[in-house]
Amino acid sequence: MNSSSTLYKKKGPLVVFLVPAFLFLILYLYYPFLQNIINSFSDISGLGSPAQGLNDPWWTNYAQLFTDPKLRTALGNTVILTICTVVFQVGIALILALLVDSIRVGAQLFRTLYFFPIVISATALGLMFNLIFLYPSGMLNQLLIGLGIISESVDWKGSDHFLATMLTPVMWQYVGFYFVILVTGLNNIPSDLYEAAALDGCVGLDKVRYITLPLLRNVLCTCLVLAITGALKVFDLPWVMFGAGMPQNQGWLTGTYMYDQTFNRGNVDYGSAIAMLIVVLGVVLSNVANRVFKPRNDL
Amino acid sequence: MGRKITPAKVCTYGALTVWALTTLYPFVWVILNSFREKGLIRKDSFSIPLPGNGFTMDNYIKAMERFDFGNAYLNSLIVSVSVTIVVVILAGLAAYGLVRYRFKLRGVCYSLIMAGMMFPVFSTIIPVFRMEAAWHIASSGNRWLSLLAVILPQIAGNLCFATIVLMGFIESVPIELEESAYVDGCHVFQVYFHIIMPAAKSSFATVAIFSFLWSYNDLFTQNFFLRVPREKTITLLLNEISSQAGVDYGLMAASVVLIVIPVLAVYVMLQKHIIKGLTAGAIKG
Repeated sequence: MNSSSTLYKKKGPLVVFLVPAFLFLILYLYYPFLQNIINSFSDISGLGSPAQGLNDPWWTNYAQLFTDPKLRTALGNTVILTICTVVFQVGIALILALLVDSIRVGAQLFRTLYFFPIVISATALGLMFNLIFLYPSGMLNQLLIGLGIISESVDWKGSDHFLATMLTPVMWQYVGFYFVILVTGLNNIPSDLYEAAALDGCVGLDKVRYITLPLLRNVLCTCLVLAITGALKVFDLPWVMFGAGMPQNQGWLTGTYMYDQTFNRGNVDYGSAIAMLIVVLGVVLSNVANRVFKPRNDL
Repeated sequence: MGRKITPAKVCTYGALTVWALTTLYPFVWVILNSFREKGLIRKDSFSIPLPGNGFTMDNYIKAMERFDFGNAYLNSLIVSVSVTIVVVILAGLAAYGLVRYRFKLRGVCYSLIMAGMMFPVFSTIIPVFRMEAAWHIASSGNRWLSLLAVILPQIAGNLCFATIVLMGFIESVPIELEESAYVDGCHVFQVYFHIIMPAAKSSFATVAIFSFLWSYNDLFTQNFFLRVPREKTITLLLNEISSQAGVDYGLMAASVVLIVIPVLAVYVMLQKHIIKGLTAGAIKG
């Protein structure tokens, strides 16, 4: 980037560009967030009730993070979800984007169809998947028995299969999201680059490897960061499908566990500490992603 | 490349079609079963319900009678349209400032935006609720103030994502265009509105669509602020239905369809603009 541009030497207009957005962020994100940190050290017994001073000792909630077995379960599930999200969501989206970019006929139709699940609220999808995974006679069981693959209905939400049942809809819904971002990125690659490469005999997979992927690096990096932070925040779909940690406290995610502690058990301060943990994890993981994938000369 | 059918092409279309089926078929299945008579959904959910053979409209009649869909749609639209407009304006300005200007606090500002994406909404909602209650916006009993109480935190929640995406695209706008416009006597705000915005049009559209959808589909924030029946948005209504329907799976399927169909109609209409925005971006042509 050319930093010596004369146009951008005068810094005055910068106030107009930045102040409105940052005012909003300070008032509605950073200030409440700082307040939340204070809450995580305080003793708060209910949503409406004010803090009863600091905990004794003040790190009580953070000590509890290390000994809470349900939280360990939640963390384990969330890590699995994050890995699956990065590998499958972004991976499938990239493959689909490259494929769609290589065809002419029907490209628009596929885009429309892939993006479609994102338009639907997670609440509606949760209800839909509840009908699909219903035990003993939901759509999946009827289909698999009809095809002769299984002979007896499977309890998809039971302790043997709950993780896959929880993760699949979450990943499935957002593939189209990364797909659209990647397709937009692909469209921004100038076509004369491809023409020049074709003249040099670079086609097919070589073209993808030496031109598309390097030029897509920034966009891919954005996708990875979004996928990681998104996975840590997943809430709606698992909550509608599984509620509070079903089955038998095995199905917690950090998001649902935090919600349950804060709103159902009135542990507002402990919930705040879990929220802190989610934030720290998000910062660390997305920084790692940035380190690994982002070109050096950027921010 | 001619129009010849090659094995590679067949594989490409095959793979694309398989994924398309996974996104499409579940909805078709729900639609079919919303017309099915009570009880049949658990025995035979794949056949097409025909008049005289399991077809019924009862599920829809019941849903419309018991729940106020029109009002819920109105509330949802007011919230989501407001959020989208404000997010696009504020995020566009901020992204432009952060990409093009070099200043001392730039790194800090960028980190603040990145950090803002990490905050799960549950970590800010309790302080926000207390703050808005002190301002008499939240839980005031006034429908419009309650909707405003949802709009404000949703704007903040979407801003960071929108800014980051727009930054990525504004970075790829060639700076020479802007400099030559400046030499021709354009003010920096004119540069923004006449060069940057048209050039990054597709990404502005993308950001607007996502802001709208996230606001529209968000359950958590809305559930927190909107308690009175006439304030209820469409997601809240669906949530309510799911807790009331019990084992009436037909009613559930019909409600899902009633909520999905209008969104789908809007989506199909908007889709043309998305595709146009995506493919005809000024950067390419």
